[in-house]
Amino acid sequence: MKFPKAKPASPATRALEVVPPSGPTAWLTTFTAGAMTFLCVFALALSLASGRLADRWSEALARTATVRLSAPAEQVQIQTDAVLSVLATTPGIASFRAIDDAETRALLEPWFGPGLPVEALPIPRLFEVVEAEPGYDSEGLRQRLAAEAPGALLDDHTRWRRPLAEAAERLRLLGVLSIALIGATMAAMITLAARAALATNAEVIRVLRLVGAKDSYIARAFVRRFTLRTLAGATVGAAAGLAGVAALPAADAAGGFLTGLGFSGAGWFWPFVLPPLAALVAFLATRRAAFQKLRELT
Amino acid sequence: MITFENVAYSYGGSELLSDVSLRLAPGSFHFLTGPSGSGKSTFLKLAYAELQPTSGRVTLFDRDVTALSRDDVARTRRRIGIVHQDCKFLDHMSLAANMTLPFTVSDRESDPQDLDELLGWVGLRHLADALPPQLSGGERQRAALARAVIVDPDVILADEPTGNVDWEMSLRILTLLVELNKMGKTILVATHDLNLIRQAKSQIQARVLRIAKHRVQLAGADL
Ligand SMILES: Nc1ncnc2c1ncn2[C@@H]1O[C@H](COP(=O)(O)OP(=O)(O)OP(=O)(O)O)[C@@H](O)[C@H]1O
Ligand SMILES: [Mg+2]
Repeated sequence: MKFPKAKPASPATRALEVVPPSGPTAWLTTFTAGAMTFLCVFALALSLASGRLADRWSEALARTATVRLSAPAEQVQIQTDAVLSVLATTPGIASFRAIDDAETRALLEPWFGPGLPVEALPIPRLFEVVEAEPGYDSEGLRQRLAAEAPGALLDDHTRWRRPLAEAAERLRLLGVLSIALIGATMAAMITLAARAALATNAEVIRVLRLVGAKDSYIARAFVRRFTLRTLAGATVGAAAGLAGVAALPAADAAGGFLTGLGFSGAGWFWPFVLPPLAALVAFLATRRAAFQKLRELT
Repeated sequence: MITFENVAYSYGGSELLSDVSLRLAPGSFHFLTGPSGSGKSTFLKLAYAELQPTSGRVTLFDRDVTALSRDDVARTRRRIGIVHQDCKFLDHMSLAANMTLPFTVSDRESDPQDLDELLGWVGLRHLADALPPQLSGGERQRAALARAVIVDPDVILADEPTGNVDWEMSLRILTLLVELNKMGKTILVATHDLNLIRQAKSQIQARVLRIAKHRVQLAGADL
């Protein structure tokens, strides 16, 4: 009689068949991946939304303030000079300028219509102040202005937003951290599930090694299975998360934080990255667990 | 093919095997006998690198087993047909799939015609689609033997291949082993069945190794 000769090529899926399907742990992995990806979508939405908010608010800050001077006509020029000299001698100011009548008119036109006789009206003179890095001491500046030019008022209303912008920035970081933690948790859970699956199949592994299977071959069977399960679970989880986010009320013009908690523009791209990313995490985690466990088993 | 040089082995306690030196020449037929628990299976495990000697040297195909990586061990196993004492199979796969497992795990394709021929040779053609748990003891033994030879190995190590079958089936399995030896394969059979050994000696030139007092000795003609 003659014996079979080795032949090249074989469908890779056969590696899957040599390990019996394991019911409960399979669902555990799929469910974990789904749940984790679902959570991840929200962490992502939070992170992107707070990122947008942080950007918007810090842009609005733009480090400018206004000094408004309202004084009796005969005092205007004297106090204007006083304001300019105070600003010139205050540390922490990058630049400043008086806004001239033409510009003032342009600013007021939307409210009062064209042809406004600015000279004849008691309209305050405006000075634009650009803050340096680090900024000026606004309380000190306010006091000096009060002393030298009683009609001048420092308006740095945008300053109150700074802590908010910082909070939004912090929130974005927390979101990113949450995503990293969710990913690490998923990797840990998949590692445990993979180790359990390998332990359950110790007998199968012994047979495979007996007939000459390499670790990489045995690992492949487990890695493929866990990666595919994770991909499936993560796809469902991401879809559910996206549906949840899409179901939130749309961002209105006021751009409140809660209503703005969605994806916009390129942000829509990220949730779609999650399932392949989860699969990659599963691939690496299972591979590592498999090689470790195989070494322990024999 | 396989050489042992002053090999000793212990599972942690006292030495189970001591100072074992022997050489399995290509094309030879050896029996390994000894009382239950004397270390026959242990000896075979040393011979297919499942265990490493606690002292001394085991060489497989001219390579020291302690120098083999895990992948090397896997590759070496493809040149050795192993019939395990308890005939392990993958219970969720058909007999045919189990037989071709040595091909599957090395990403090779087996010829269906050759498989069919091999199943015919061991008389299991009608059970190709059966699951291993449905097989009788004798059928399992023959299936294990068929799986061991499917990749055309140079060496066949069989641990109690007639362990749980009747005399008639033992003879049938022996005939298969003798045929393999005639094809040039090196064969080592662990058994405590002295009748089987006598029967074999009438058909073929076989040598008998006996484990006694932790040593492996060549038995005389006193069987
Ligand atoms: N993994 C192990 N750990 C510890 N002791 C073991 C191990 N495997 C076998 N032994 C012990 O080593 C001794 C020899 O076992 P082995 O299986 O080699 O005997 P055997 O000659 O094949 O016996 P049998 O004829 O019953 O198959 C026995 O006493 C057994 O209990
Ligand atoms: Mg034994």
